[in-house]
Amino acid sequence: MSRVTIRVQAEAFDSAHETTALLAGQTEVGGVGAFTGFVRGGGGLVALELEHYPGMTETMMRQIAESACTRFGLVGCTIIHRVGRLAVGMPIVLVLCASAHRGGALGATEFMMDWLKTHAPFWKREEFADGSTAWVAPRACDDAATARWGTLGA
Amino acid sequence: MLRILYFAWLRDRLGRPGETLPLPPGVDSVAGLISQLHARGGAYAEIFGRPELIRVAVNQSFATNAATIAANDEIAFFPPVTGG
Repeated sequence: MSRVTIRVQAEAFDSAHETTALLAGQTEVGGVGAFTGFVRGGGGLVALELEHYPGMTETMMRQIAESACTRFGLVGCTIIHRVGRLAVGMPIVLVLCASAHRGGALGATEFMMDWLKTHAPFWKREEFADGSTAWVAPRACDDAATARWGTLGA
Repeated sequence: MLRILYFAWLRDRLGRPGETLPLPPGVDSVAGLISQLHARGGAYAEIFGRPELIRVAVNQSFATNAATIAANDEIAFFPPVTGG
């Protein structure tokens, strides 16, 4: 059984602490793939407000994580996604994939980010310096990136 | 009772996070429910007249407009997701 940790939270996360937790007691890990997403500034953006669908979000995150574990033979993985108001420069999402080898660790990290972006029910609303707000539109390139993996099932 | 949820700009536009209502007579699919909501007019007509802009989940799983629905289901309508 792979070690899977899924969390949706308002608070910041500590990637070093999460990596230690993922690896605790494991002796078969040769590498950990890691991705941290941040609120990217520009165009007068001040913050993002992240909304989600409680219940379905966790279900989808777990499906994505378990699918990655099976497909890439991971020892374990961690997905933490923040919600609420996050200012420019703040971390939003953490993905960690522990594997015997580099290929699986890095491939699984990309796989999980692609599926998270297109199938986990989160929505971002941008907040600008002039007080205006706008919902972020989906990007076709994210759908294309996900399509290369076929279906979510392993 | 059907539990209907709206997220992101759908909720903003409709002015409510959701509603409960009895399964309308003759409705047994997502498409049927969309027609009922569209028939309300106003913001409902604007949103549900363009089903290509919305995604749907039935009982917290992604579904198509052809999916069947039953009394007591949870149906969520939302825009394409933008997390990560």
